[in-house]
Amino acid sequence: MRAAVVVFPGSNCDRDMAVALRAAGADVQMVWHKDAAMPDNIDLVAVPGGFSFGDYLRCGAIAAQSPICKAVVDHAQRGGYVIGVCNGFQVLTETGLLPGALMRNFNLKFICKDVDLVVKTSHSAFTSGYGADDTVCYPVAHHDGNYSIDDEGLAQIKDQDRIAFTYANNPNGSVADIAGVLSENRRVLGMMPHPERAVDTGHGGTDGQALFRGLFDQMVAA
Amino acid sequence: MKARVYVMLKNGVLDPQGEAVRHALGTLGFDGVQGVRQGKVIELDLADGTSEETIAQMCEKLLANTVIESYRIEVQ
Repeated sequence: MRAAVVVFPGSNCDRDMAVALRAAGADVQMVWHKDAAMPDNIDLVAVPGGFSFGDYLRCGAIAAQSPICKAVVDHAQRGGYVIGVCNGFQVLTETGLLPGALMRNFNLKFICKDVDLVVKTSHSAFTSGYGADDTVCYPVAHHDGNYSIDDEGLAQIKDQDRIAFTYANNPNGSVADIAGVLSENRRVLGMMPHPERAVDTGHGGTDGQALFRGLFDQMVAA
Repeated sequence: MKARVYVMLKNGVLDPQGEAVRHALGTLGFDGVQGVRQGKVIELDLADGTSEETIAQMCEKLLANTVIESYRIEVQ
């Protein structure tokens, strides 16, 4: 599996993401926001967490207009795999690759803690390493993780089995407890919790490993 | 020329910040504040002759996230 991790000014989970991908066996390259194209033969693009462009205007809004994001959208439209975590999820909704938007947490607080998530579908490369209804524990660290989507959009992602993860105890006010959503072709995943911060015993938990290993297995099989 | 863009959360989208401000006004003793909506004002200094249509494109592409926000343009 060849993976590219996008780096914006203000990204701060980019190297964690690279470490997690490499630990799962991926060949990882970092790509800078000013780059206009992905390296050749990339299977997976990871958009990491952080505070791209200082979260100015809206979280992810400026990053979504950067040259590399056009390449991310092209990659997704060619059927490539994309994972966006935390700020990366915000960026992916701003590009329109994923539906909905991330708003300020309902209690207005920055939430930084481990949370239990329910895997809602194992029918995706990202969640194939889990069973449906498995509970996993990943950290969250966000101020704007309150997932918002209109009723029509919600009905659609439910009907299409595109809710990847929900919170066991909703920390931020997200509609239908949604923590992660898939694109229609199931190859783009956005999620607020951080699987890359749960891949080493030193992190306090390793529940995230199965996500990266599952991805790797799917890519090798493909 | 100058233009002002008002960006607000759409009606029906819960505004947690506005709600906190409403609560704080009540705490200060201002009775009867039934609702507060918080938004953004963006002032644009533009080349003369910039059309309202161009400003609307700026709003659609960047200044507002039309999934959750509405905008209003005021050319001055």
